[in-house]
Amino acid sequence: MKTLLKNCKIVNHDKTIDGNILIDGETIADVNAPADTRADKVIDCEGKYAMPGLIDLHVHLRDPGLEYKEDIISGSKAAVAGGVTSICPMANTKPVNDNSTITKYMIDKGKELGICDIFPIGAMTKKMEGEELTEMGDMAGAGAIGFSDDGKPVCNAEVFRRAAEYASQFDSFVISHAEDKSLAGKGVINDSEVATITGLRGIPAESEEVMVARDILMSKLTGAHVHICHISTKGTLELVRWAKAQGLNVTCEVTPHHFTLNDRELLTYDTNYKMNPPLRTQEDVDAMIDGLVKGDIDCIVTDHAPHHIDEKNVEFDLAMFGITGLQTMLPLSLDLVKNGNISMNDLVRLTSYAPANLIKKGDRGEIAVGKLADIVIVDVDKEYTFDEELNTSKSTNSPFLGKTLKGAALYTIKNGNVVFEFTAK
Amino acid sequence: MSSKELMNSDEMARTLNRIVFQILENVKDAKEICLVGIRRGGAHLADRLGEIFKSEGYNNIQVGYLDITLYRDDLTTIAEYPLLQGTELDFDVRGRHIVLVDDVIYTGRTTRAAMDALIDLGRPKKISMAVLIDRGHRELPVQPDFIGKVIPTSNDEIIEVALKEQAGNNSVTIQKKI
Amino acid sequence: MSYKRKDLLGMIDLSKEEINYLLDTAQTFCEINERDVKKVPTLKGRTVINLFFEPSTRTRTSFEIAGKRLSADTVNFSASSSSTTKGETLIDTVQNMEAMSSDVFVVRHAYSGSVKFIAENTDVPVINAGDGLNEHPTQALLDLLTIRQNKGDIKGLEIAIVGDITHSRVARSDIWAMKKLGANVRLFGPPTMLPKHIAPFDCQICKTMEEAVEGADVVMMLRIQRERQGKLLLPSTREYARFFGLTNEKLNFAKKDAIVMHPGPINRGVELMTNIADCNRAVILPQVSNGVAVRMAALYLLGLSKKGGNNEDAS
Repeated sequence: MKTLLKNCKIVNHDKTIDGNILIDGETIADVNAPADTRADKVIDCEGKYAMPGLIDLHVHLRDPGLEYKEDIISGSKAAVAGGVTSICPMANTKPVNDNSTITKYMIDKGKELGICDIFPIGAMTKKMEGEELTEMGDMAGAGAIGFSDDGKPVCNAEVFRRAAEYASQFDSFVISHAEDKSLAGKGVINDSEVATITGLRGIPAESEEVMVARDILMSKLTGAHVHICHISTKGTLELVRWAKAQGLNVTCEVTPHHFTLNDRELLTYDTNYKMNPPLRTQEDVDAMIDGLVKGDIDCIVTDHAPHHIDEKNVEFDLAMFGITGLQTMLPLSLDLVKNGNISMNDLVRLTSYAPANLIKKGDRGEIAVGKLADIVIVDVDKEYTFDEELNTSKSTNSPFLGKTLKGAALYTIKNGNVVFEFTAK
Repeated sequence: MSSKELMNSDEMARTLNRIVFQILENVKDAKEICLVGIRRGGAHLADRLGEIFKSEGYNNIQVGYLDITLYRDDLTTIAEYPLLQGTELDFDVRGRHIVLVDDVIYTGRTTRAAMDALIDLGRPKKISMAVLIDRGHRELPVQPDFIGKVIPTSNDEIIEVALKEQAGNNSVTIQKKI
Repeated sequence: MSYKRKDLLGMIDLSKEEINYLLDTAQTFCEINERDVKKVPTLKGRTVINLFFEPSTRTRTSFEIAGKRLSADTVNFSASSSSTTKGETLIDTVQNMEAMSSDVFVVRHAYSGSVKFIAENTDVPVINAGDGLNEHPTQALLDLLTIRQNKGDIKGLEIAIVGDITHSRVARSDIWAMKKLGANVRLFGPPTMLPKHIAPFDCQICKTMEEAVEGADVVMMLRIQRERQGKLLLPSTREYARFFGLTNEKLNFAKKDAIVMHPGPINRGVELMTNIADCNRAVILPQVSNGVAVRMAALYLLGLSKKGGNNEDAS
């Protein structure tokens, strides 16, 4: 089957061209096809942007075990509704994804629906207990693309060191959830003036930074690739910059909420702003944007963390950490373009090209001949209310629910098939 | 909206004088008497009655003030709470002859509340009631003992007693409700 | 002026005028508490539920007495703050209580913001009797009432608050309210017990007890709860008493007529030496008495569902 995407502004990480994309089967056959090329299906994109499908290195799909929050099916649907065509679910499922059977289950269940590729991240340690290494080779063979105990830090430096070393044997990498739990204590929001005002216990920025520093040094010690996940503080960024300046094999990611929202939101005690790492100060938010502008932050990820309403509509201290993000990543990231912080090409690099390289999937991340036809047609001016009808996740724990967003995926194409079309008014 | 004056400052003074003499006529021993004004208007009138007693040579008439807000039976229906002024009685009411003082008697509910409030403070020997204006329309079986002036009214009229302590002048006026 | 809010959640939300109105109202209730018959019929037939999700005897008793003196039926409901009891959520519990036609909830909860969370989920007026580290508004009101009775206007007073500021909802409520009424507030305590980001309090931060107490009109000592505050914040109560406790010698730095306050219960010999707790400068027991008046005022202002209608003042 052939599909022609007519009148596109084709954006790649390095350039933007006007053209017509011809898809043949699962791959891109031409990016400069004549407008009258014959195809089974023709979509007139009316000059809208065509971007490579987004690749989200950091999601929680809650499957297996916690399907009341989300599952691989609903998570896949939420992904493609947000223009995301490849997702990497973290290992903190129930049971933990610490063996190849679960890794394979995740991939296969994703394939059954077939609208979004699932690249699981295996646990670094058995049961994510931070003690014994998992069978990384086995899991990598089954399709795991990296290893992390995300949700929990690996407290023991020796364990982290050995995990990083061992992962490198399989050409893989470890992802550090950097948090010193003893310093974070019973904290539920950022330790800042907002904590003083609200009486909510604070999590100091240093509880993140002290572990980032350690894990950077573990990369220095081992030479292994260490990826710091969801960075949130100015200090962390400075540490990553230091690491990169030393030529260390360190990369990092940031979530849209950490470059969009600051901790003043917590003055209302709204649990939909409760996440870990917590929303930080505006100074930190500005630093995150600066890190994206200067190219020190490698990619944008969602940390999509669905929770049931009964886990959020409770006392602030008892509410679960985390918010959903798959459907809001694109509009929030486009805000950076609108504000003149980054270009559309930067956006593609941060959300697709760089993540593809990090997980070593050379078949995607670009709109080019021979690459997989994972394409999202984006209307950057589309304004809409992100409401329960548009929300395709099982959960509704997003502070952006009910808010007006600008920029949406009009069509999401996965392996040549239109898997999502924006139909709301 | 027109308002009509029913009593001026001089008339009010004479009326209060008369009430004092009526009270004196009716009690055997003036020493037993305590004046208790119902806040706010009644409190000022109680002070004035006290002064008149004094000018007549009765120097030891004690005066107190009662805030009956907490005893009102209509608290749930009033839109805005009046600021509580508090009850101020520096004497023991037990065994005394209390003369309650108020500016206007209307439904009688305030008087009912005042009696409850008073009795919570102790058991007086007797309670009497003195008012400047009786405008009728009682909803409870309550009758004042000493009345300055009876003014027949309809329910859509408002009686306003201005006292110099609050309003700067003394007068009683009647007007239609808007 | 009047108090038009549905709830009383925290001093941080209130205007200076609202605070003064609450204090003026509370002052009138002091007289009732001195009567032989300490009861007025104001809340007859109303049901006040003390929803305590954290153990308390003093505050609960004070609210219970306040309710009873207003003739309300007061009922105590105690439960745990932790959601370990699976199934029923906090809001379920509250809605159950609401379904029993309650007229006021007095709520204490171990977590900051939880009382506001409850208030947002019920039509019943809610009085915060302490939420986590956040606020304890009736305590602040009784402190202010006590200060007013002793010192007159709060404006311009030098007030020292000493102890565990970080973990004290009393300190938080007091600071917000005192600043609004124009007092100069100084804070002193071990650095382990002062918030790192202290600027929002807009208070002078002192380095020594002497500096804190010097020229003060009011010295407020906070209770040290070692069992709750963990062993990391201070090494021993003995050392606490030495550096952060109020002794006669330290109190000499204050104004001659300074008053000493404490939210109770006192740890004698820790934050407050016995001779000070019992001296005539201590107003700790008047604070307790005023607590009942303040809570009566709060129940009175919130406890009657005001169902519209501008009823004429029926004389």
